[in-house]
Amino acid sequence: MSVAGEIVQVSGLRKRYRAEGPEAVAGIDFTVREGEIFGLLGPNGAGKTTTIGVMTTRVKPTGGTVLVDGHDVTREPVEVKRRIAVVPQLSNLDRSLSAIENLTFHAAYFGAGRRERRERALELLDRFGLRERAKDQVGRYSGGMAQRLMIARALMHQPRILFLDEPTTGLDPQSRLFLWETMLDLRTRGTTLVLTTHDMAEADRLCDRIAIVDHGSIIALDTPRGLRTLLPAARGLELLVEGAETAVAVDRTAELTDVFGGLPGVEKADVADAGDERWRIRLYGEGDDLPAAALAATGRAGLALIELRRLEGSLEEVFVHLTGRDMR
Amino acid sequence: MTAQVRTFLALCSRDLWVTVRREPAGFLIQALLQPLFFLFVFGRVLPDIGAAQGSYGTQLLPGIMSLTLVLTALQNTALPLVIEFSFTREIEDRLLAPIAVPWVGAQKMLIAALRAIVAAALILPLGALILPGGIDLHHVAWGALLLVAVFGSLTAAAMGLVLGTVVQPARISIMFALILTPLIFTGATFYPWHALERLRWFQVVTLFNPMTYVSEGMRASLTTAAHLGSGWIVLGIGVAFVLFWALGLWGFMRRAVA
Repeated sequence: MSVAGEIVQVSGLRKRYRAEGPEAVAGIDFTVREGEIFGLLGPNGAGKTTTIGVMTTRVKPTGGTVLVDGHDVTREPVEVKRRIAVVPQLSNLDRSLSAIENLTFHAAYFGAGRRERRERALELLDRFGLRERAKDQVGRYSGGMAQRLMIARALMHQPRILFLDEPTTGLDPQSRLFLWETMLDLRTRGTTLVLTTHDMAEADRLCDRIAIVDHGSIIALDTPRGLRTLLPAARGLELLVEGAETAVAVDRTAELTDVFGGLPGVEKADVADAGDERWRIRLYGEGDDLPAAALAATGRAGLALIELRRLEGSLEEVFVHLTGRDMR
Repeated sequence: MTAQVRTFLALCSRDLWVTVRREPAGFLIQALLQPLFFLFVFGRVLPDIGAAQGSYGTQLLPGIMSLTLVLTALQNTALPLVIEFSFTREIEDRLLAPIAVPWVGAQKMLIAALRAIVAAALILPLGALILPGGIDLHHVAWGALLLVAVFGSLTAAAMGLVLGTVVQPARISIMFALILTPLIFTGATFYPWHALERLRWFQVVTLFNPMTYVSEGMRASLTTAAHLGSGWIVLGIGVAFVLFWALGLWGFMRRAVA
């Protein structure tokens, strides 16, 4: 049975597509709480889509269990399907039907009556700004419109959990903002959302909790803020400084590393030549007087300060720190 | 009515809606154009120029009905499945409907069979118009005809399901060429099976084609001409039905749930 407040329970989940092949998911555990936005973040091929596939009954696990609202995805797929909706990454709209028919037939699959499905379809088309194109064949829809229609379709049967696979990939900024607002709005209405993404800004802004997945395992699971503290050197300063033009070429990078690295409270200084007689200096360390000391050192070295900012690990830095720089 | 039955009927109503409201002309062209030409050239032109006997049309009509039935059912499952599984992904919304996955496959076959029966039935008036002697309905065993049509089309739809789910999408056009032509020409379509006695080896070959039993079943129920024994017809269609439904649903499950 489900623990109160936990709407999805994944335990020991494993998936191997071919007997000899590698494990796409290598034993993962997590729970999704009712009413939260839960993000699965990871590089391509990390196992996000497979995990979503199992939770939505489309992939058969080779080990472990997944309960959705207390129902096992392999033993009671029909009960699971009643409670969920999926917005896929690529359009899977019914191209033989008009936009409104896509919604009404979907609701019919879930047993809604004729009048109910028409009313709800019109309401959702209104909400998603598609009312005027309700009778168009969906083949004529743009990418952003198709995306909105797929979300409207997913909401037709009022699912308790909505799964979105990379929902904003390939959308223009307006559509992306609209989608973000829609997701936050759905959460306030009590729908649980599970999304995969590799857009850090999206994950940071939307998700209550994020699981970072790599090589089929969860390597971190926390709130966005909690994840940011995982960076070893998350605190410090970054300066952009400009020097006077010198006739003689001197290695100022080494010199600056010495100057700034020697400041009290600085554990490590990274100096990078930014071109045009400018240098980007990262000072890792703590201390309230670090900015003043750095400023004074800049003056002593005969440099002008262009930028000064406090270093706080971005989610992206956390992500790269945890998953490495290798391309997949 | 249980919830899953309601879902099943809703899936059917979507397909019927698309057939009737969106593409009736497309359906008729796809189902009837080829048989129309077969009927006209083999049943009318050849006898008129003396290349076939006048009575050939009587033997041809059941064959053409069988051909229409089998090809329509087969193509109406195989082609949409290939497209919906790979290019348009339309199948996903159905697989996520609250119904057990095999029923989604069964529903596809049912609708394809229904379309095939309508197409095959339309061959009768076409035959009456085109064939020199018209058609003679005095000896038709309607009950047997209906049974052959129902089980023949369901079997062919299952063959389509096997093709549509087992064959790689990129190879489907090769598979169609490889399978359809032999299927059409070894299926006792343009010749009655018993007339092959002088070509014994070919007569044996035709027994491996499920369409042979459908064609002979049509011949047995539409005409008084000699045909393959009724028991063999029932056995042939029955074995093919069970085999292809099992294979088709297995293939469908494999594609639908990774």
